[in-house]
Amino acid sequence: MLEIKNLHASVEDKEILKGIDLKVNAGEVHAIMGPNGSGKSTLASVIAGKEDFEVEEGSIVLEGEDLDELAPEERAHKGIFLSFQYPVEIPGVSVTNFIKTAINESRKARGLEEMPANEMLKKIREKSELLEIDRKFLSRSLNEGFSGGEKKRNEIFQMAMMEPKLAILDETDSGLDIDALRIVANGVNKLRNKDNAIIVITHYQRLLDYIVPDFVHVLYNGKIVKSGTKELALELEEKGYDWIKQEATV
Amino acid sequence: MDLKEKLISSFLAFENNVDLDHPVHEVRSEAIKNFENKGFPSKKEEAWKYTSLNSLQKVDFSIFPKEESTLEYKDVKKYFLHEIDTYKIVFVDGVYSSYLSETTHDGVDVCLMSSAFSKPMFRQVIEVYFNKVASKDESLTTLNTAFSKEGAYIYIPKNKMPKKPIQILHLATGNEAALMLQPRNLIVAEDNAEVQIIERHQSLTDNEVFTNSVTEIFAGKDAIVDYYKVQNDAPTASLVDNTYISQKDSSVVRVHTFSFGGKLIRNNLNFYQNGERIDSTLKGVTILGDKQHVDHHTLVHHRQPNCESHQDYKGIFGDSSTGVFNGKIIVDKIAQKTDAFQQNNNILLSDRATINSKPQLEIFADDVKCSHGCTIGQLDEDALFYLRSRGIPKKEATALLMYAFANNVLESVRIPELKSRINKIIANKLGVRVGFDL
Ligand SMILES: Nc1ncnc2c1ncn2[C@@H]1O[C@H](COP(=O)(O)OP(=O)(O)OP(=O)(O)O)[C@@H](O)[C@H]1O
Ligand SMILES: [Mg+2]
Repeated sequence: MLEIKNLHASVEDKEILKGIDLKVNAGEVHAIMGPNGSGKSTLASVIAGKEDFEVEEGSIVLEGEDLDELAPEERAHKGIFLSFQYPVEIPGVSVTNFIKTAINESRKARGLEEMPANEMLKKIREKSELLEIDRKFLSRSLNEGFSGGEKKRNEIFQMAMMEPKLAILDETDSGLDIDALRIVANGVNKLRNKDNAIIVITHYQRLLDYIVPDFVHVLYNGKIVKSGTKELALELEEKGYDWIKQEATV
Repeated sequence: MDLKEKLISSFLAFENNVDLDHPVHEVRSEAIKNFENKGFPSKKEEAWKYTSLNSLQKVDFSIFPKEESTLEYKDVKKYFLHEIDTYKIVFVDGVYSSYLSETTHDGVDVCLMSSAFSKPMFRQVIEVYFNKVASKDESLTTLNTAFSKEGAYIYIPKNKMPKKPIQILHLATGNEAALMLQPRNLIVAEDNAEVQIIERHQSLTDNEVFTNSVTEIFAGKDAIVDYYKVQNDAPTASLVDNTYISQKDSSVVRVHTFSFGGKLIRNNLNFYQNGERIDSTLKGVTILGDKQHVDHHTLVHHRQPNCESHQDYKGIFGDSSTGVFNGKIIVDKIAQKTDAFQQNNNILLSDRATINSKPQLEIFADDVKCSHGCTIGQLDEDALFYLRSRGIPKKEATALLMYAFANNVLESVRIPELKSRINKIIANKLGVRVGFDL
């Protein structure tokens, strides 16, 4: 589904991604771990099309199509979804109106009619129940004054509404309490199927207990320095990153 | 002949067409003298530092239209808020159009200044209110006073409320190569009366129009007045709007100014609080492009204790447009417990656009709450990326952020159809379809 080859990306002439290769097939869950500042969020942003980053070399291909020339919204229309590490507060736009606009703009781009209002309401009800989100919450301004955990839960609510092909969850677990983590992870699992794929960026094994990855990669200094199966995450939890850093510099 | 000379000599011709024995004429004569002394304001004056009327003074404006023009309703329908039933006072090239208007004398008076000046039944109101709050000193106001003859006259007696909102519409046909208009409006809401008014100036051609308008509003005890100014005129139309408001105890006056189009707009909005527990609200949304220029000069004069004022102006400036916000608040020594709030937020969409924003506080009382703030920034790029990453195209995402930015001001519009009309104008201006409703 997604194939990243030799991806180099920089911001303000500073190279952050230094040659990333990653292949994600439909139906798979990949976890990306790695020390702070190693480039995980940058990779997520570059896949989503953030224009601040300059792709110097390499390619990102989604279902056979090179994303290079595509704007962020076009990538979203193709089924890419990014759950932000730091969701942006947008005062004056309610969660409901935002999600309606997002869904209908995506449908329009795919040549579909707007979603009928009753269908939209039904879907909103269903997905907010899945994530145990209070309906009152949905009429509030997007992320404004939301607690850290509420923001993350709201991101996954949007994911549930958008039903992406490729979801990238950037530290969705940070800020969630133990119960919320279970609810959110459960929500994500319900959305999994053989046709979509998920990239989970996290620092902790905790989340991976719920959303079990098929592969685990370690990103360090702009490169994937180690890949393995879910056992790698356990090993990292136990030993930290020093041994990986040493291996990488050798 | 420059415009000043032309105006002064036109005053003689004007006198041939008005009742020279009417007490108002003395007021006019005084006013033209003041204008003759002062002339047009120049950029040397602090209040006109950023707004120049020089190029307008070089245009050969007709002061009176030569012929009467007629318009079909269907051709101008879109400039009316036609979704709801309203009273309408419509002027075409400065001349009242009975055909396009709907006035009333049913419990309230919604009619014309020319009738109010000429008919004895209105004489008392004219004596008590006419030119009582408008400046006798400011040159453009006195210029308007000198030529005051036509405009909207709205009188709401004690405890009354008109059955529907009132629209005042000034249309310019372009029959004159260049036309100067000087409407004069008087609005009186007596004690406990209530009224909603929408005012719009619209030029229908590319011919130059220069409007110098004066509106006096009087709100009695407990009266509620909502006044909406829709400024979305042609790129060759300029407007100086001088509005003077006098409020008595516990009255509420809210003025919303939506400035989206026109060549040059100068709003002089002046509130005088002549009672206690008054609420004055001044809100504005300005969205400009091209080389448009909008200058908001506001004044709130707190003259009595325990009153409030709320000012909230949002500006979005693209291309080479320029904006000015100058918010003056005066709190007299006796006006203790005043609560004065002022906020002016601006977004610059281009590096050629400019905004000059300045609060001017003159506070002589010691027990007051006064807050003011001003921001000038760019569109939030992170927010834009967030919206786009959810599939909302750049143009729509930008529009959504602008709506969100302006929403505080739109939210207090009390006529829902007007609010959605404003939303539509904004959407048109931004080139998007209104797919969202905040
Ligand atoms: N816009 C930017 N301008 C300058 N430097 C940037 C910018 N964005 C990211 N960086 C730098 O790129 C590096 C990688 O940042 P990134 O956010 O991708 O790290 P991360 O792996 O997600 O870290 P964390 O685990 O703390 O979230 C950091 O050194 C960061 O300071
Ligand atoms: Mg990160």
